[in-house]
Amino acid sequence: MSMNTQGRPTKPGESDGAFHPKTFTGNRGLDMEEPLIFEFGSLETTGVDLDEDEGAEFELGSHQRRSEIGLPGLAEPEAMRHYVRLSRNNYAIDSGLYPLGSCTMKHNPRLNEKMARLPGFGDIHPLQPVSSVPGALELIDELAHWLMVSTDMSAVAMSPKAGAHGELCGMMAIKAAHTAAGRDPKIVLVPESAHGTNPATAALLGYKVVSIDAKDDGTVDLGALKTTIAEHSGNIAGIMLTNPNTCGLFERDVKQIADLIHSVDAYFYCDGANFNAIVGKARPGDLGVDAMHINLHKTFSTPHGGGGPGSGPVVLSERLAPFAPLPFIRKRQKGLELVETEAATTKDEKPFGRMTAFHGQMGMYVRALSYMMSHGSDGLKQASEDAVLNANYIRVGLQDLMSLPFGKRPCMHEVLFDDSFLKDTGVTTLDFAKAMIDEGYHPMTMYFPLVVHGAMLIEPTESESRASLDLFVATMRDLVMSAKRGETERFSGAPYLAPRRRLDETTAARKPVLKWTEPEPAEVTPAAAE
Amino acid sequence: MRYLPLNDTDRSDMLARIGVKSIDELFADIPENVRLERLLDLPKRASELEVERKLSHMAAKNTSAGSVPFFVGAGAYKHHVPATVDHLIQRSEFLTSYTPYQPEITQGTLQYLFEFQTQVARLTAMDVANASMYDGSTGTGEAVLMAHRVTKRNKAVLSGGLHPQYREVVEGLSNMAGDKVVSLPADPTGTEDILAQIDDETSCVVVQSPSFYGQLIDLKPIAEKAHEHNALLIAVFTEVVSLGLIEPPGTQGADIVVGEGQSIGNGLNFGGPYVGLFATRQKYVRQMPGRLCGETVDAEGKRGFVLTLSTREQHIRRDKATSNICTNSGLCCLAFTIHMSLLGQAGLTKLARINHANAVKLKKRLADVPGVEVLNKAYFNEFTIALPKVAEDVVEQLSQRGILAGLPVSRLEPGNKDLANLLVVASTEVNTDEDRAAFADALKEVLA
Repeated sequence: MSMNTQGRPTKPGESDGAFHPKTFTGNRGLDMEEPLIFEFGSLETTGVDLDEDEGAEFELGSHQRRSEIGLPGLAEPEAMRHYVRLSRNNYAIDSGLYPLGSCTMKHNPRLNEKMARLPGFGDIHPLQPVSSVPGALELIDELAHWLMVSTDMSAVAMSPKAGAHGELCGMMAIKAAHTAAGRDPKIVLVPESAHGTNPATAALLGYKVVSIDAKDDGTVDLGALKTTIAEHSGNIAGIMLTNPNTCGLFERDVKQIADLIHSVDAYFYCDGANFNAIVGKARPGDLGVDAMHINLHKTFSTPHGGGGPGSGPVVLSERLAPFAPLPFIRKRQKGLELVETEAATTKDEKPFGRMTAFHGQMGMYVRALSYMMSHGSDGLKQASEDAVLNANYIRVGLQDLMSLPFGKRPCMHEVLFDDSFLKDTGVTTLDFAKAMIDEGYHPMTMYFPLVVHGAMLIEPTESESRASLDLFVATMRDLVMSAKRGETERFSGAPYLAPRRRLDETTAARKPVLKWTEPEPAEVTPAAAE
Repeated sequence: MRYLPLNDTDRSDMLARIGVKSIDELFADIPENVRLERLLDLPKRASELEVERKLSHMAAKNTSAGSVPFFVGAGAYKHHVPATVDHLIQRSEFLTSYTPYQPEITQGTLQYLFEFQTQVARLTAMDVANASMYDGSTGTGEAVLMAHRVTKRNKAVLSGGLHPQYREVVEGLSNMAGDKVVSLPADPTGTEDILAQIDDETSCVVVQSPSFYGQLIDLKPIAEKAHEHNALLIAVFTEVVSLGLIEPPGTQGADIVVGEGQSIGNGLNFGGPYVGLFATRQKYVRQMPGRLCGETVDAEGKRGFVLTLSTREQHIRRDKATSNICTNSGLCCLAFTIHMSLLGQAGLTKLARINHANAVKLKKRLADVPGVEVLNKAYFNEFTIALPKVAEDVVEQLSQRGILAGLPVSRLEPGNKDLANLLVVASTEVNTDEDRAAFADALKEVLA
């Protein structure tokens, strides 16, 4: 296979050595510096031509605004250029490999965007008459069906707005179930490898968090779990376990963990952040899970948009199903019914409340269903297999040079290295990650999970080709060898070639500047006036 | 499979390189008795055309807001969004980027978050704003939790003008956390005596203006009474366009301001994704939930932006974090920022005037319909009318005639018979004279 390599260095590793002129604008060719809108917009300008508001009187009482707002406007071409230039300072999955373990950055098909923008989905109001939106209920019900079948669970609470919001929903359902049974346990068990959201969620609901240690192989220590359960027996609300866990490993003892938890009338909450590794291979219902959120953006590829929106539907076991929050959809002979208020519930439905106004992230539901339908049962299974295959391919490609904290056993969809291979090189984990930027890669997840010192968690996902993985592995090998050869300058000053060099985060936190303020007018001196 | 780059040759070569015979060896950690040996009971893969056909068919069953005279508000509003906004947020580098954990290569996201924070602070006349919440309702829940942290008290007083679903979100969370909530009865006209509810145990008073019923509320006396008792005023709004024309909560003494930002840049989407706005006083910044973006410099002294004050957040503080939030509404907040940059102060003020003017025109039309009473004297682009019949039935009949007329209050407050005839109607810049005439004429017929 021949590839057009014109313009590339003739040999890998060769830098161009060309002369780089100092520019007047500070721009470097296509890399353009861009001011804030407050520095070039004007209070008189607007980029929106609105119809005239002829002749209505005000009925605002005494509430009319007297103060200036202070928002600059931009004409349409200015706005276009400003935000296009900003966008070019971003790394994105559409630009290159984004190996962020536990975050899952995979291809975002544009078909999903097109579907979400159909007026029948994008331009309907959550409170217009239910009779005018039968297709919307059908879509939610259809997605719920796909989620329940792929997890083998009894019900799904659709409304949570993100993964952590789903955790909150699941734990609220668990708390409601305990209350309904006349119990009030105070403790939630959280393994030390958990996402920070897990303990934060439990604490938000007033629970005391008790940590469970991991074994040397990176999975939950069943012995430690037994001891902890015995110690707090009768006072445990549940366990929050991630499976596959954040070390990229499947918890082999998951059934025993579930049984132990159930034996003390507690519930098994599964953090479903890594569900994408096992779709079509194992179902949480078969593992004894009582509640699990599904990050639609991770498993079903709704785009992450620089930090959101997410969507975190929660699947529930039969025991927890009655406690699902409002709103939900009920199947009736005449069709689908939307249950929005407690007054509309039956005696078998005991919703614990409401997670959010309206019905949740409809736009994300459309994208997720579009993705699921495109894959189908066969494609979803293949995607999980390819994700796991790709992660193990990277593991094998790097295991002789980088260090694997839990030995050379197969991993799931992400592979965890630690920084012991950098020992005595003078290169830190952070330096190493920043040097990846100069090579055109987004760095991997660093310093997480906390169970491993200097963790480096790599998740390629199923959307990387073999060629892309080969180049990544070769690049990583070159970086490791370079570190071991003592070329510390390549690392300590990195990145050299990004839109910004390393940023001072300490000062940012010590003296926070969180909004733009008008600079003090400079004193006009003769020199400045010159 | 068009989304999967590996082919079967790749797969077998890679398995060989890894040193396993089959893919199932890599899944060996899943105990055999729970390993799924058949396909999920779901349809097999569908072509792009097939997916389009099926989803388009579902979408076509819904009546979209833009296709009929449309007057539904109550927390989400039909506005016109310039084409530029949707084009820009679909740029790959925005759409398919992650949380900006590596600031050197995510300055695009970080700079717009900084612009967003500044815009929200100025709109609300507050010191600082965060970089977006999920939506207005969950933001209100977070604001109440924050007030509890600041005051070290746990009793919240909720006004009867607060959106019923916002109230339910706060009540649900507080209930679970063991906090106290005093929810006042529904208050369509803004005449409740909320001052009487504030005492030395009160952590915060939550007041929405314009209220769920459209009534504009004077926040100053409430702020004064709250402050006398060392409690906080949380001011809520669901229609951010109102801030183009009415006095902002910041100049009325609010301590925390929470709002829904959907109206600017974001579509209706049947309830989400939306974007929550959240602002507060400088002294409370370390108690704020959610992400914050701050200005700093890089190693060469160039200005740059980073996520900051993360020691409040779950990934550092775990069970001691201010909130468990890990995702914001980044892309929706970008849409807000772009639309707001296009509007500017001049455009926003004009947009707000048109919204208000259209509401005044609509009010006049509806007030002329026999049997209709308009309840609100001071309002922005939304108000409540009392009908001589059950509002839900009227709305259903109007819907059959192709007019989406507003929200019958009983849909969210089914238990309260006094509210059964109330209808909340909203009007924005999208409504025309023809729309208003069609609404008024049809209402006349239905009520006759």
